[in-house]
Amino acid sequence: MQFFGGSEISPAPSAPTGSGNNAHMMYIFNRNGVCLLYREWNRPLRTLNAQQDHKLMFGLLFSLKSFTAKMDPTSVEKGNLGVPQLPGQGCSFHSFRTNTYKLSFMESPSGIKIILVTHPKTGDLQEPLKYVYNLYVEYVVKNPLYVPGTPIRCDLFNTALDQYARSLA
Amino acid sequence: MAAIYSLFIINKSGGLIFYKDYGSAGRMDTNDSLRLASLWHSMHAISQQLSPTMGCSGIELLEADTFDLHCFQSLTGTKFFVVCEPGTQHMDDLLKIIYELYTDYVLKNPFYEMEMPIRCELFDLNLSQAIQKDRVALLGR
Repeated sequence: MQFFGGSEISPAPSAPTGSGNNAHMMYIFNRNGVCLLYREWNRPLRTLNAQQDHKLMFGLLFSLKSFTAKMDPTSVEKGNLGVPQLPGQGCSFHSFRTNTYKLSFMESPSGIKIILVTHPKTGDLQEPLKYVYNLYVEYVVKNPLYVPGTPIRCDLFNTALDQYARSLA
Repeated sequence: MAAIYSLFIINKSGGLIFYKDYGSAGRMDTNDSLRLASLWHSMHAISQQLSPTMGCSGIELLEADTFDLHCFQSLTGTKFFVVCEPGTQHMDDLLKIIYELYTDYVLKNPFYEMEMPIRCELFDLNLSQAIQKDRVALLGR
């Protein structure tokens, strides 16, 4: 079994601490792929510039969704690979994990996508994502000065998010 | 009741070299499985680029609404992934067993050409035994 030394080659990141610092970053996209919000709390590695990074992230989510819709082993009629699907249509995914991070994903019926990147050992984050969606509704959608489809510039929302991200264990 | 829906093996350039279905609903034709394999290969690579910290080696587990996908990448870049029921445990061990079978029955087969589709009777045989054993063990748990 000497082949399976893979875990020693790339040391696992340290376990999440109770003091927060567990969330790496968050993206919010609308259904057209416009990045409405990008927050980062702990990101030592940056390979691309911000715009390219957002595009790549949206592209990955889009492909993963068409992948899961086509792969779905429980449905008989799956359609063709890559056919655009409405939010809630077809089999979607809620998270994936690599050795360095875990990405949790939620899509609202209106096509708002919320992505939270955290430590790989984090548990299920569906409830936190719903909470973030509620924050979005309260602070952004109900803000009369916010123009839908434009990047979110709302200090209250940002502070609420930062606070909540710090409380995520 | 199948715990495992299907198994894919992809070579280091994203080509599908082995695919076996263990009872998923609906037919997937050859073209679809090839497309899914190369799509997975590229998403695996993209996920490494998006990592917030150094040393990311790609997606290990994808949790979808109706299935889990466990992926194991060998040091040479060959990827093995199983699609199974959500919450199935010990899939990493099964993937390593499958990798061992691959090294024993495919790589050591003098007639096997590297990176080409796998057509080895002994591999098929031992693989179905390993999957069967895994299923029995699962029932016992």
